[in-house]
Amino acid sequence: MTTTPAPPAISVTGLRKSFGEHVVLAGLDLTVPTGTVYSLLGANGAGKSTTVRILSTLAAPDGGSARVRGHDLRTEPDAVRATIGVTGQFSAVDSLLTGEENLLLMADLHHLPRRDGRRRVAELLRRFDLVDAAQRPASTYSGGMRRRLDLAMTLVGDPQVIFLDEPTTGLDPRSRRAMWRIVRELVSTGVTVFLTTQYLEEADELADRIGVLHHGRLVAEGTAEELKRLVPGGHVLLRFADPTSLEDAERALGTSSRENGTLALRVPSDGGLRSLREVLGRLDDRSIEVEGLSVRTPDLDDVFLALTGQPGTEKVST
Amino acid sequence: MVTAPSLPGPAPAALRFHPLRDSATMSRRNLRHMLRYPSTTLLLVGMPIVFLLLFVYVFGGTLGAGISEGPGGRSEYLTYVVPAILLMTITSTVQGTAISIAMDLTEGIIARFRTMHIARVSVLTGHVVGSLVQAFLSLAIVMGVALLIGFRPEAGLGGWLATTGFLAVVTFALVWLSVALGQVSRSVETASNLPMPLILLPFLSSGFVPTDSMPTGLRWFAEYQPFTPIIETLRGLLMDQPVGHHGWVALGWCALITLGGYLWSRKLYGREHPS
Ligand SMILES: Nc1ncnc2c1ncn2[C@@H]1O[C@H](COP(=O)(O)OP(=O)(O)OP(=O)(O)O)[C@@H](O)[C@H]1O
Ligand SMILES: [Mg+2]
Repeated sequence: MTTTPAPPAISVTGLRKSFGEHVVLAGLDLTVPTGTVYSLLGANGAGKSTTVRILSTLAAPDGGSARVRGHDLRTEPDAVRATIGVTGQFSAVDSLLTGEENLLLMADLHHLPRRDGRRRVAELLRRFDLVDAAQRPASTYSGGMRRRLDLAMTLVGDPQVIFLDEPTTGLDPRSRRAMWRIVRELVSTGVTVFLTTQYLEEADELADRIGVLHHGRLVAEGTAEELKRLVPGGHVLLRFADPTSLEDAERALGTSSRENGTLALRVPSDGGLRSLREVLGRLDDRSIEVEGLSVRTPDLDDVFLALTGQPGTEKVST
Repeated sequence: MVTAPSLPGPAPAALRFHPLRDSATMSRRNLRHMLRYPSTTLLLVGMPIVFLLLFVYVFGGTLGAGISEGPGGRSEYLTYVVPAILLMTITSTVQGTAISIAMDLTEGIIARFRTMHIARVSVLTGHVVGSLVQAFLSLAIVMGVALLIGFRPEAGLGGWLATTGFLAVVTFALVWLSVALGQVSRSVETASNLPMPLILLPFLSSGFVPTDSMPTGLRWFAEYQPFTPIIETLRGLLMDQPVGHHGWVALGWCALITLGGYLWSRKLYGREHPS
C-alpha cells in the first residue's frame, strides 16, 4: 500500500464570481497545505473578502470548485462548516451580550460540556487580554477589543482551518503583534490559516505563501522572498536642501523620480556600494550638495504597487 | 473518479445536528437580550395600553353608544375593544421581532452563525421562542390593565385555557411572518416600518367598531381579512359566547400565515447575504 499524501487544507480551482456585469473573481486557483499560513493581498475591491466569503460557505461561486480539508464546498458545506472558523472583515459579535456571554454562546453552540466550556472561555479571555472587560456588554468595547473578541469567538470550537479577513485592521501595534503571536501559536499546533491583509509587513511576518489578487486572478504567488525578487524596487533616496539642487540632480542622474511634495529624489539602485559610488560621483562632478541619503531594498509594498498598478484601482474589467 | 481520501477530520458523529439543543441556546440568547433591555418590552407593551386607555376613556363613551342595542356606554365598549387590544399587543411584539432580526443581520452575528455547524433553523427558532415569551408577558400586562379598569370577562377555566391557546397560535403565526419581514428588511428602519400593516389591520377589522358601520368597500375588506375572525374568536372565548365558524376561519388563517412565514423565512435565511 502506498501512502496517499495528505490533501491540502484548501484547494481552489478556477473559482469565478461576478456581481451582475462586474467580474470579481475570474478563475482563481490556489492551494494551501495543511499547517501553513496563506496570505491573500489585493487592493481595495480586489475580491479578497469575496474569496473568504465563498470559502467559508457564505456565498456561492458562479463557477469553479473548492475543497476545504477535502470536503467540497458545494456538496458538503456542512462538513466544511464543522471544520472551519471565520473572522470576517466586519465585526460579528453580539453587542447586547457581554464578552463572556458571547464566548459562552459559542461554547454552547459547539456543544461543549458546561465545565469545559467555562474553562475554555476563561482561557480565551486571558489569552486575548479581555479579562477586565469580560462582564461588560460588547457594545462598550473599543474597536480593537471587539476585534479580539471576534477572533476569540472563532477559536472556541478549535477550528482546523481559520479564515481571517483583515484581522489586524484597526489594531494598535501592540495588539497587532499579539495577534501575530496568536496566529503563530495556532499554526504551530497544525492549524491552517488563510488571511487577507492590507499590511504587507503582516504578510511578510506571518505567511508561508503570499498570493497577490488583481483583476480577479492571482498575478503573483510565492514566499515573501520570491515575490520581492520579482520587482526591482531597490533605490537610493537622496534629499536636497533646495529646489535648485533637486532640479540639477534630476538632470544629472536621468533615471530618477521625485518623491511627491518633498525635496527628495528616488534613484533606482541595487543598493550595492558600486552603484552608490557612481550616483554620488555624478553629483560631485556637478558640485550638487546632497543633504541626506538612505538606501532601500525592495519590500512587499514595491511588489504590490508594481503588480497591481496604482493603489485604489477599484474597477475590475475582464 | 476516486473516492476522497479519509481525513483525520471530525467523525460523522460530529456532523450530526442538534436542532433542539441549538434552538434552546438561541432562545436563551434572545431571552437574555429581553431581560437585559427591558425598556424594549416596556415600549412595545406601552402602545397597546395607550390605545386601550385612549379608546376607552376618550372615544369609549360615544363609541359604546353606537355598538349595540343595549345600554351602551364606556364599560360596554371596554368589553368590545379588549380583543382588538390583545391582538395589537401581539402585533406590537412581532414588530419588535422584525427589528431584532434586522439588528442581528446588520451586526454580522448571523453571518457568523451561518459559517458554523449548527442547525440552521435554530437561529430563527431562537427569535420565535423569545418573541413568544415576550408576547405572553405583554399580554399578561395588558390583560392586567384591562381588568384593572373594569374589564369583566365571562370565560370560565376552560375559556381561559382556550383563550391562552388561541393567543399562542396567533402569536406563533405572526412571529413567523415577521421573522421573514425582518430578514427582507435591509436595515433596522425598514424592519420597523415593514410590519406597519400588521399594526393597522386591527383598525380595519371588527376590532374597534362593528363592520356593518363601515362603507361597502371597506366593510367587504374588513369582513374577509384575517384579523376579523381572529378578533371575533377571541371575543367569543372571553365572553363565553359561541364562536361559530369564526374559530375555524381564524385557525385556518393562522395555519396559512405560519406555514407561509416559516417557508419564506427559511428561504430567506438560506439565501446569500450581501454583507
Ligand atoms: N453583494 C455584492 N453585490 C455587488 N457587488 C459586490 C458585492 N459584494 C462585493 N461586491 C463587489 O465586489 C468587489 C470585491 O469586493 P470585496 O469585498 O471582495 O473586496 P476586498 O478585496 O475585500 O476589498 P477591501 O480591501 O476593501 O475589503 C467590489 O468591487 C465590490 O463592490
Ligand atoms: Mg474586504
